[in-house]
Amino acid sequence: MPDTSLVALARGVMDRDRAAVAAALNLVEDRRASARGEVVRLLAALRKAGALEGGHRVGVTGPPGVGKSTLVAALMRELRRGGETVGVLAVDPSSVRSGGALLGDRTRIAPDPDDTGVFVRSLATAGELGGLAPSVPLGVLVLSAAFGVVVVETVGVGQSEIDVRQVVDTLVFVAQPGSGDALQYMKAGVMEVPDVLVVNKMDQDLAQRTVAELRGALSSLRAAGIAGREIPLVAVSARDGTGVGALAAALASHLAELASTGALAAGRRDGAVAWAMRAFVRRHGELGLARVGGEHALRGKVAQGIRAGKEVIEIIDGLLAPSS
Amino acid sequence: MRTYSGHSTPEASNALYRQNLAKGQTGLSVAFDLPTQTGYDPDHPLAAGEVGKVGVPVAHLGDMRALFRDIPLDRMNTSMTINATAAWLFALYLALAEERGAPREKLAGTTQNDIVKEYLARGTFIFPPAHSMRLTCDLVTYAVEHVPEWNPINICSYHLQEAGATPVQELAYALVTAISVLDSVKARLGPGEAVARMGQVVGRISFFVNAGVRFIEEMCKVRAFGLAWDKVTRERYGVVDPKQRLFRYGVQVNSLGLTAAQPENNVIRIVLEMLAVTLSKNARARAIQLPAWNEALGLPRPIDQQWSLRAQQVLAFETDILEYGDLFDGSPVVAAEVERLLATAWTEVEHVLALGGALAAVESGYIKEQLVASNGERLSRIEKGEQVVVGVNRFTETEPSPLLGGGGGTGGDILTVNPEAEQAARERLAAWRAQRDAGKVKAALVALKRAATEGANVMPASIEAARAGVTTGEWAGALREVFGEYRAPTGIAHAAAPGGAPSTGDEIVRVRAEVKALGDLLGRGLKILVGKPGLDGHSNGAEQIALKARDAGFEVVYEGIRVTPAQIVASALQEGVHLVGLSILSGSHLELVPAIVEGLRKGGASHVPVVVGGIIPPADAKALLEAGVAQVFTPRDFDLTHIMHELVTLIRAAHPHA
Repeated sequence: MPDTSLVALARGVMDRDRAAVAAALNLVEDRRASARGEVVRLLAALRKAGALEGGHRVGVTGPPGVGKSTLVAALMRELRRGGETVGVLAVDPSSVRSGGALLGDRTRIAPDPDDTGVFVRSLATAGELGGLAPSVPLGVLVLSAAFGVVVVETVGVGQSEIDVRQVVDTLVFVAQPGSGDALQYMKAGVMEVPDVLVVNKMDQDLAQRTVAELRGALSSLRAAGIAGREIPLVAVSARDGTGVGALAAALASHLAELASTGALAAGRRDGAVAWAMRAFVRRHGELGLARVGGEHALRGKVAQGIRAGKEVIEIIDGLLAPSS
Repeated sequence: MRTYSGHSTPEASNALYRQNLAKGQTGLSVAFDLPTQTGYDPDHPLAAGEVGKVGVPVAHLGDMRALFRDIPLDRMNTSMTINATAAWLFALYLALAEERGAPREKLAGTTQNDIVKEYLARGTFIFPPAHSMRLTCDLVTYAVEHVPEWNPINICSYHLQEAGATPVQELAYALVTAISVLDSVKARLGPGEAVARMGQVVGRISFFVNAGVRFIEEMCKVRAFGLAWDKVTRERYGVVDPKQRLFRYGVQVNSLGLTAAQPENNVIRIVLEMLAVTLSKNARARAIQLPAWNEALGLPRPIDQQWSLRAQQVLAFETDILEYGDLFDGSPVVAAEVERLLATAWTEVEHVLALGGALAAVESGYIKEQLVASNGERLSRIEKGEQVVVGVNRFTETEPSPLLGGGGGTGGDILTVNPEAEQAARERLAAWRAQRDAGKVKAALVALKRAATEGANVMPASIEAARAGVTTGEWAGALREVFGEYRAPTGIAHAAAPGGAPSTGDEIVRVRAEVKALGDLLGRGLKILVGKPGLDGHSNGAEQIALKARDAGFEVVYEGIRVTPAQIVASALQEGVHLVGLSILSGSHLELVPAIVEGLRKGGASHVPVVVGGIIPPADAKALLEAGVAQVFTPRDFDLTHIMHELVTLIRAAHPHA
């Protein structure tokens, strides 16, 4: 793709042109070697225009069946009502060995088809073992250039849940009535501690009790020093919309807190470094790691590149290029 | 004997009814159009292309008056195939009867009112299951008390078998449906009333069963049904009167097994299926409806319906079938098969009850997954030739059929619906809204919402709303506000069969390699959208295509039923799909498909091929191809793996420079 087309594409993304956003996401999903350079130039154009700063990147995670999609749909409506634009990346783990996948969660999102202030894209995990596909962080960047809030929805199991932490500013964990296990996992350090905890399905029996139990467990988490700050617990019923306003408020207040302490920019930088390192090892293996001088050296070089405003792909491709 | 009918406008349907009554038909069976069934007025965007299509539109009391003009309600037996909006249509019927001075005690008929199978197979649900069940119970308890001759519910396992259920599953899921209804009614009546009225309620419940071509097993199935029902009503609900415990059922024989290839063979299948439910006197159906032999080819004509009726008449009046007692009592073979079906089904009944009952198993997607898996297995057996279908996968050589017209269709004489019906319905609705008392309408809707919120029976408030001139869309809209709207699990995400493990076989392996190679060439996995536009909820075809596509290695976006063309276009664009596949069975393809093709073009995706599958007559197929559709699949294309190959070919052709 010539540079002029990429600049036009970047412009289209920033204008929230549906076809442009879709084309940009197609590009970041493109696995061909020829696409890598184009992705770098597209992101560079977006970065130069300041489109990759600001905004809010939110991860919504939790076990299967807790109603994440319904919650994301309700949150999307709530944010829209408040005048926000919203892009959703629904990461679907249902890939099977055939290589195929069923991306069925859209059934519950059902956005207004004429509203260009929302955009929903599902991504198959493309056979990655645990962990998010490399296109996820790139997709988040593209969507964040177009929409005020980017929501990444993923099933909270294993590596993918740790990965999502690295691409979002605020991590929301969704639990449902009767599920007390989550807190045990956090305590044991098996699971990321979220920034906001949601108990969904408040229309069900048991819900009040679960909220009470989780509140107790959260305070013990803090007492044990595992959670530094007070984790807000929001009780919602995604189905009838109860509590979704409070969730939006909790997200906004977390963002404000991050922005005021400078943690927003630092968190994004750290996330990008972590991604770049993993992507490098995945691409070049242990041998590549040895050639750049080990993990510590890699971290330094990657962090330097990120600070210099380079794209992750550009950095990892450049590290082993003959010139460097 | 009666025919399931209704189309275009209330006036046209009324003329048809009076014609049939004049010919000696004793009752009416009203078919409503999809907007009426799903609670939309004719001017709603989702109603576009569907008004008057599969039945009559009834948007308000004025339409009800026109529908039953000059028909004496107190001397009529009226059967209404209506579910999510059953309470509303019943309210309109009662309001009309009141206007006409027909006493409620004399009103006889049936409201289908079985919402569970709507979530599983037929798709015309509106509200979340618990709220739907509450409406079901409101109608049942109201009718038992005030309209004693009315059958307030007809539990339909028919649609489950059409969706792929095995006989055991049909048996089990019909029973758990009945149990969930009766449990809810019992709870709604309260302990005192329940003791007094449960027998009466049970005595008013009837079933609507399917019969397939394995007719010995099917006969045993209906015998097993009778035994199981007797057990459930006696043990679970303490009904002492054996007459009230009787398993009363009607039958529509299987359409799923009818073939588009050599369609004349369907006549033989239909007759054999009819034997299943008539041969044994102890489990004989009370009413039988037969599909038309050429149903898989297009809408049946009057001659096709006549042929089906004559098949019944030959059996009833020429043969000696009705002259003997039960032929199978004491047969060890039949007894063993009945026992096997009963035991297997009962295990599944207990499993579903352990999961929390039919509603919980609907919400979790469990039952749907079982049905989708069974249907997938059936299709795969046919594809591999393990299950013989004469004329389809064996004995396929054929003489040219004189029954089919030159084009291979139904002879060009297909029944169509007047396209002006929709416009007429919109105009009638506008006129109705203009002449009614807006204050009364508002008050009636407020009262309806209050009843819904506070848990009172919605029937009195609905009847009042009918009198005030409220419309179908307003009634359903008010309850949508209170109850919310439901999107059912599609059942395909976890469907067991081709799920985790890819299927084997030379052809699927070859197609999977094609999908992978083209995906590599284009840079990302091949992604398709399977869409089901419009209000038609028969989603088997779309589900099986989605499953097979995943098995072939496609990434599949499937959004479930009831989506507008605009939603399909928006999703296709946002998802960046390589191809859009549409499934439509309501006959609205000529309205819905061009809107999608046009929408994609406007969104800058004119290169994305659109294919359509459904019961599409050749003339319509031609029109669709001219409108820009890349390919049309009909029920003749039963080899799903081959369809996958054709999809890859179409995507490759759409990327000439790759």
